[in-house]
Parts: sequence; C-alpha cells; structure tokens
Amino acid sequence: MSAVEYRTVEHDVLVIGAGGAGLRAAIEASGRGTSVGVVCKSLLGKAHTVMAEGGLAAAMANVDDRDSWRVHFADTMRGGQYLNNWTMARLHAQQAPDRVRELEAWGALFDRTRDGRILQRNFGGHKYPRLAHVGDRTGLEMIRTLQDHGIHQGITFHMECTVVELLKDGGRIAGAVGYDRERGRFIVWRAPAVILATGGIGRAYAITSNSWEYTGDGHALAYRAGADLKDMEFVQFHPTGMVWPPSVRGILVTEGVRGEGGVLRNREGRRFMFDDIPDLYRNQTASDPEEGWRYVTGDRNANRPPELLTRDHVARCIVREIREGRGSPHGGVFLDIAWIREKIPDAAEHIRKKLPSMYHQFKELAGVDITKEPMEVGPTTHYVMGGVDVDGETQMTSVPGLFAAGEVAAGLHGANRLGGNSLSDLLVFGKLAGEHAAAWAKAHASPAIDQGQVDAAHATALAPLERQSGENPYTIQHDLQAMMQDKVGIVRTEREMTQAIDAIATLTARSARAKADGHREYNPGWHTAQDLRNLLTVSEAVARAALDRRESRGAHFREDCPEKDAGHGKHNTIVRQGADGSMHIERRPIPPMPEDLADIIREMA
Amino acid sequence: MTEARDATFRIWRGDHATGAFRDYRTRVTHGMVVLDAVHQVQSESAPDLACRWNCKAGKCGSCSAEINGRPRLMCMTRLETLDLDQPVTVEPLRAFPSIRDLVTDVSWNFRVKAKIPPFRPRTPDAPDGTWRIDQADVERVQEFRKCIECFLCQDVCHVLRDHHKHDEFAGPRHFVYQAALDMHPLDVEERLRQVKDENGIGYCNITRCCTKVCPEHIAITDNAIIPLKERVVDEFYDPLTRLFRIFRAKRKSDRMDGRPEPDASALPPKGAP
Ligand code: SF4
Ligand code: SF4
Ligand code: FES
Repeated sequence: MSAVEYRTVEHDVLVIGAGGAGLRAAIEASGRGTSVGVVCKSLLGKAHTVMAEGGLAAAMANVDDRDSWRVHFADTMRGGQYLNNWTMARLHAQQAPDRVRELEAWGALFDRTRDGRILQRNFGGHKYPRLAHVGDRTGLEMIRTLQDHGIHQGITFHMECTVVELLKDGGRIAGAVGYDRERGRFIVWRAPAVILATGGIGRAYAITSNSWEYTGDGHALAYRAGADLKDMEFVQFHPTGMVWPPSVRGILVTEGVRGEGGVLRNREGRRFMFDDIPDLYRNQTASDPEEGWRYVTGDRNANRPPELLTRDHVARCIVREIREGRGSPHGGVFLDIAWIREKIPDAAEHIRKKLPSMYHQFKELAGVDITKEPMEVGPTTHYVMGGVDVDGETQMTSVPGLFAAGEVAAGLHGANRLGGNSLSDLLVFGKLAGEHAAAWAKAHASPAIDQGQVDAAHATALAPLERQSGENPYTIQHDLQAMMQDKVGIVRTEREMTQAIDAIATLTARSARAKADGHREYNPGWHTAQDLRNLLTVSEAVARAALDRRESRGAHFREDCPEKDAGHGKHNTIVRQGADGSMHIERRPIPPMPEDLADIIREMA
Repeated sequence: MTEARDATFRIWRGDHATGAFRDYRTRVTHGMVVLDAVHQVQSESAPDLACRWNCKAGKCGSCSAEINGRPRLMCMTRLETLDLDQPVTVEPLRAFPSIRDLVTDVSWNFRVKAKIPPFRPRTPDAPDGTWRIDQADVERVQEFRKCIECFLCQDVCHVLRDHHKHDEFAGPRHFVYQAALDMHPLDVEERLRQVKDENGIGYCNITRCCTKVCPEHIAITDNAIIPLKERVVDEFYDPLTRLFRIFRAKRKSDRMDGRPEPDASALPPKGAP
C-alpha cells in the first residue's frame, strides 16, 4: 500500500473524549498554560454524560451536617468491597465538594435548600444526603456547563474524529493517529501528554443503557500501547432497563421509581424481592410491604423495602425469576408504581410530578401509562468499574505521558460503584489528570513521531475498505454482543466463560476479514469496523478477568463460586498484552492501607 | 401496529445539491422509532448511510432530521404515529449545509455561541466563596437549560431557512441561551446590545414555529424571545415607547395570564423579512 496522506497537529496535551472527564481535564490543562486539543467521536456536548440522572456525590454537608469526606470515603470503600484504590477514594471524597462549587461558579444551577445553598439528595449506599442535582437531568447540566465554559478557554476541539492508535516514542507516549469521520482524512496528533477520557464498554453487550460511543476505545488503545488494565471483571448491570418494545431494550429506568414506592413482581404477581434478603442486610430491610411503604414515604424508623437492596443483588433476583419461568411476557419482570393509588388519592398526579421523564419515556416510547399499568423491566449493562490502571495521585498509567480519567480509568469504584460517584469521579480525576498532564508536558520535550507506527495504523484502519470481499462488520458486532450478553453477563460460570473466550477468538478471526462498503466519507460501516476491534479486546479482558476471579464479589457473580473469598479480596486483577501479543492475567496484591485511613474504615463500620 | 409489516423509507442520499431520495423497504415491528428503521436499513442494504445519533432517548439532540417534512428527533418519532401505507420521507435539516445523507454541517451554531460572552458571576455571597440562591430563581432559568442543542428550532425558523440570515441572526437556540444567561440569578455580564445588533433579534417576527418543534417543550418565543425583545426596547428605544410599554404591561397584568402578548410592531425590524 502506498503512503496515506495525513496532516500533523501539535499540542502539549491531547485529550481523547469530551464527556465530563475529558472537558474537565482540558479546562485544567489549558488553565495551566499548555496548548490543549480535544478529540471526540461526536459533536461537542453530546457525550454519554448527558444521560446521567441522579446527581453528583460530594460531602458538602449542606443537608446533614454529620457528613464529611471521611464518611464518603468509608461509603465508597464499602461499596467497592475494599478492592478500590484507597488513594483515589480519599482524594475523591476530599475534593468532590470543591469541584461541585467550582461548577456553580461556571454557571451550573443546582436545586437549592431552603436557605439557598446547593440541595443534596439521598442515594443508595450513601449514608447521608449527598447528591447535588438538577431534577433528573444532572448530567446535561454538567456537560453543558463544562462545554460553555470550555469553549472560552482557548482549547482546540477536533469534533467527530476517531482515534485508531496511540503513538509512542520509545517507552513514552508521543500522540495519536486518527481520522475525521466527515471526510475520512487522517490526522496525526503529536503531543508529549495524552489523556484518555473515552468512557466505558457497554456496547460489548446486546442490552445496554450506553450510547454507541461506548466501545472501549480508551481501554483498547491503552492496552495496545502497553498499559495495564485493572478489575475488568467488574461490570455493573443496572437492575431496571426497559425490555419492551425491542427497539428500546436497555434504556434506563431510574432507581427513583423504586424510591417512590415502585415494587417488583413476577408473572404470578408475587413480590419476589422478599424471598431472598441477604443476611448482611436483613436488619436494614423492611420485614413486610407495609414497612417498606412507610420507608418510601419518609418514616425514619422504617427499614427500606427489598427493592432498594444493592443493584447487583436486585439484578440477580430478576434474572432468577426470568430463568425459572416466572418472568413477564417479554422476558423481564413487572415494575409497578401504579399500585400506590391504593395508598394515596391523587396517585397519578403524584407519579407524573415525581417521575416526569419516566412518565414521558414510557408514554412516548412504549405506549405505557405508568400511572395505570406496570412497566416491564430487566437488567441492562450500565457501567464498567474496571479500566486503565493509573497512579492514584497523578492519574498517569504505566506508559509515561499517558493519563486516564473517568469511566475509562480503574480504581475509585473497586468491585462496585455507588450511584452518584461517577459524576464526581469525572470532575475530581478529570481535574487531576489535566493538572499532571500539563506538568508532564512542560517538563518533557516534544516527542518524535515514528513513521512506521503511523503507516501501520493507517494500514490497519483502512484494511476493511480495501478488501475485495468479506463479512459485514455489523453482523460480527451483533454476534459479539449477543454472545457476551449470554455468557459473560450477570450470572457467570467457568464453563460459559471458557466458551466465551473461544468464541472471541473466532469472532476476532472473522473481524480480520470484515469488509466495509463505500468510501471514507462519513461511513458508519467503516467506523463500526474500527469499534469492533476495540470491543473484541475489552470483551476478552472482561471474560479472562472474570474467569480468574473464582469468587463472587460486588458486581461479579460466579454461580460456581457463589461466596466471597478472603484470598481474592486481597488482590486486583491486571490484564496486560504479552510480548507475543496474547492477553495475560496477573493478580496484583492490594497495598496495605495507611493507619489513618484504616481507622476511618473501622470507625464507620 | 401490532403485527410486523413492511414499510418504505424514502431516505435522502448524497448532499443537498446533487442528492436524491432513495426508497428502502424494511420490516418494521411494534414500538420501533424512525432511528431504528434507519439503522435497520444501514445494516441490511445501505451500510454507508450516514446519520448522527448518540443516546436514542431524546437527551443528546444528535439525531435531528426532517421526517415527512417536519423537523423532529428520529429517536423519538414512533412509527405508530406515522402513516406507513405511504413512504416515510427522511431528509437532513435544510437550514444547514449538507455533509452527506442525513448529516449536516451544524458548526455555524458552535461559532455563534462562542461569540456570546461567557457566564460571569457576581462576587460570592458568603465568605467561603459560595452563593445563596432561591429555588424559585433557579426554576425560572431551568426551562432554558433543558435545551439539548438539537437545532430543530434553527432549522424551522424562516429567517435562517428561507432568508439565510446566518450572518445577522443568531436563531432561536441562541436566544434561549442568551435568555438563560440574562435571567441567571448570578450573572452580571452585559449582552443586551449583542442581542440587538449582532444577534439580530429584530428579525424574529414571532411566528412561534420554533416553539412548536422544540422536543424539550421550551416556550422559546414566549419565555425567551419576547422578554429579550422587551428588554432591548426598554434599554435602547425612546422613552415614549418605554412609557407605552409600562402602560401595556400594567394593562396585561390585569388579565389572568401574565404572559406578554406577541407584538412585533413594538420593535422596528431591521429590514427583511
Ligand atoms: S418565533 Fe422568531 S425565532 Fe422562532 S421561528 Fe418564528 S421568527 Fe424564528
Ligand atoms: S431550544 Fe429546543 S429546539 Fe432549539 S435547540 Fe434547544 S432543544 Fe432543540
Ligand atoms: S439520539 Fe439522542 S436525541 Fe436522538
């Protein structure tokens, strides 16, 4: 193949991804006097962050003055089952309040307390009301604030561009190769520091709440550049996604429905969540429906209904009902909020007021009036706790000059993430990554670009267009998603995961022969071929890490090893590319926690 | 529609100048939206069919198109609401240059916004650097902050669509943005002259077409544009007009609904349209 034309763009700091983490990182790096470029696959302001509903967790203690960073730290560690990077959990809890206040100084308008301060709401796993929010569209408020602030900070935005490979200069990072999606023209970004802020991997599964952009790009780019991935077995499945009609399968049904009194029933009408309450939570769970109702209507002496147990537990109970033949007609279970009309007179009005976007979502997309009839729901792939391994203080990966922040990075959430901790994650670690990337860029000379790496990246990217014939990349992606859903989903076994690893090998071979029709201009078939390569890598990482962890912990549930294992509780799972190009798994011991942090955990236990 | 059936989608291929409609038949089932049909066509028979989308839940504003001639979000338009015995036409936004198929170049919007001075807060209210704001003041602005930047309002506004005043008129989306800043309880920046001169609010003759297509149901004309127009008049036009307005406002406040009445004549338009 003859050399492909490309242009070269120079930056001190290159940020890949323009969601909350990417924008916050770019603003920080730019504010520290470096030239910053942001590359994103979509238009500015469209990133998946807009979908976040709940809020931003930050121990500001505006609503309950018993809250502090120490409590938030302990909550986060407990939620993550102590696999978290404790430095990150500490920094996150300490710095989140400042990040929220700073957002307000940039124009965000949060809901208020009576005395005019930022209001905070309760959320699963947080001991005190902690989530700053804007109704049920906090993510949109956050992304728009960062966008509208960011466009005045001298940052260059490269919208609708796909990065296909990272470049290296010896051991350190040198930039990235990609193309603009509009015309298919190649670009080399040369930069001494690169920040990955590409989000998650949800598109590896058939049923997901994630947007098309979530194809594990940052995970796969980092892996191919030699960085370590960590804790990839931990994928969070949200218990309630829409299941019907088929075209909306996976779209999120907020936890708020259950918070307002919504109950889960099987096809026999049984409230099955009462049938399996883990011992650990028994004395915090309502003993009957009546007590559950009292809890959701604000009785402080009542315990929460079992529908509000942890996400992973609720998701597994739903799967059990479906597998044992007690599911709803379209393969879910029933989530019923309409029943509260037995309890309150103006129930329909109440529901519309408390859950406006859910009311409209079901009305407009499913033709279901949730004030009158139950919804059908089932688990949906929502978030990946695992990601690129970073230094807790600086966010730098094991590749010098390469940083990662937000969902693509591992560490903060351990084995399971608390709701509300993801938006604050984006801000806290976006800022730290921007700060340290800027410092790194100032301390290091511009790297050299190796033409051989550039040519190789072009060849790989263009191969699907240049083949004379081959399989449609959509078909392969579709098969991968169905397989992952089936074999590496919520309930896992050794046998199925071994089958999954074999299946991935077959799919990888098929993808090497995929053919995209048409030309380079705005060609979704060609783009899918690029995404597919990354999806295959992250799918394999999830399957191999899940196979190696022979226990059940947090979001990872092994039917063949249903208990927690103390030995496995002492290590993280590292995934790395070996010299021969194959994937290696390593168990890395978690360093002992310093005494002051250990004291906090003991004190809050 | 309870049974699966075949339907024809007449989709624009190519750019505005040289493109043409092409018909695609595909099988549609209960609950599908137009975006699903487009994706299905993509994976069955037109893998290079270009379209934008992200969230598939009406929250990102990427999938704007003209469906049977009406500007809408593809992901929120259910097939059940369309007559499937006729071909469903799907074409790109016409107020912006086309790139290919359903994708248009909306970068003009980003350039217009970048010229609007950013949010500038008053000095903090409390020694710890924070502010005290009333929930009521927050709610007043939240309507505007719901905007998902789908640009459907820009597409439908005749000042842009038919008269191509892109150099002199910022369009309804940016009046919503200006209104959000103007009514932000903390903001102290002065942008009213810009609203009048650079953004050309005088070109708007309150047809309310933008309000009708807004998927977020923002009352663009009544709650954003008209109050801005009134502020412009108060600020820049003669005291007589001012007096007249005060009188009018009083008269209106006697009525039940306190909403200002559309009154294009209150503002001398800057020529066409
Ligand atoms: S009301 Fe004004 S801005 Fe809206 S469409 Fe009509 S002329 Fe355009
Ligand atoms: S104001 Fe409404 S129609 Fe206009 S861009 Fe915003 S959401 Fe879209
Ligand atoms: S895809 Fe996000 S609004 Fe349609």
